[in-house]
Amino acid sequence: MRCERVADLLPQIVDGTEKADPQVRSHVEACLRCQAELVQYRRLLKALRHLRTDVLQPAPGTLTAILANLEAAGERGAMRSLLAGRRGAYLGGIAVATAAAGAAGALVMANRGRRKMRLAG
Amino acid sequence: MAQELADLVTAAKAGDQAAFEELVRVTHADAYTLAFRMTGNEEDAKDVVQEAYLRAWKGLKRFRGDAKFNTWLYRITANCAVTHLSRRAKDRHDELGDEETAADPRAVDSDPGAHLGAGDDRRILQSALQSLSPEMRAVVVLRDIYDLPHEAIAAELGISEGAAKVRLHRARKKLRERLFPLRSELTGEETAHAV
Repeated sequence: MRCERVADLLPQIVDGTEKADPQVRSHVEACLRCQAELVQYRRLLKALRHLRTDVLQPAPGTLTAILANLEAAGERGAMRSLLAGRRGAYLGGIAVATAAAGAAGALVMANRGRRKMRLAG
Repeated sequence: MAQELADLVTAAKAGDQAAFEELVRVTHADAYTLAFRMTGNEEDAKDVVQEAYLRAWKGLKRFRGDAKFNTWLYRITANCAVTHLSRRAKDRHDELGDEETAADPRAVDSDPGAHLGAGDDRRILQSALQSLSPEMRAVVVLRDIYDLPHEAIAAELGISEGAAKVRLHRARKKLRERLFPLRSELTGEETAHAV
């Protein structure tokens, strides 16, 4: 087995996603170069895992900026729903007015028809 | 702490903006840390967390609670960071291949890996992470620091799971080569029972 092939497997063996089969195992036991790489990957992954608990101090003003951004978005949302409500009321008003005008027109036409009938009679 | 977070999430999902603001207070340092690790600078990290919380607020009703809120927030933050970096790269007409970005040669000394585990490991590692391309950095940060599954990483980055694994492999290899340029710093104790 060649070092290049073993080297490709080493990070996955270290993170536990691959198991070292007997061939790989015997190669590493006999190969100083692969042993060195294995140790380096172990140290690298361990150091990366340790970064997880290392929480950074946010840049000054970060929290204020996040909250202000959320508030502005909330206001925009409220404004949008207000405008949507007004638009609904406006369109509703037009519909009611159109219906009322139509009804009035129908009444006028009906009255005219009745008057003509009376005059003819 | 976990119950406190869960209560805040429930209240925020019901439309309580004050509860969401409290969630921001409790979690923003964590989200900022992830954003900083992915972008490498304070200004970008600040922009990314602002966008992430906005998306979280808008999408909170879709959060089912089967994952931890923090994990859900990490995914959103990572997605925002990738979008932010891509937009920035496009603006600069940069190529966003899988190649290393030019790193400051003064940032890492000749045998930086020798310091891993010592007090300044954070600086050395962060500097090595910054030497990776944003795509490689995203994968290694999400997998090896934040322990996100390959599937979630692939989904957030818009790539296949196979591609995410290949990227991770390349990123780890580059980090190892950068941190351990010399092969001779091995101790006898560490080589024993290596596998």
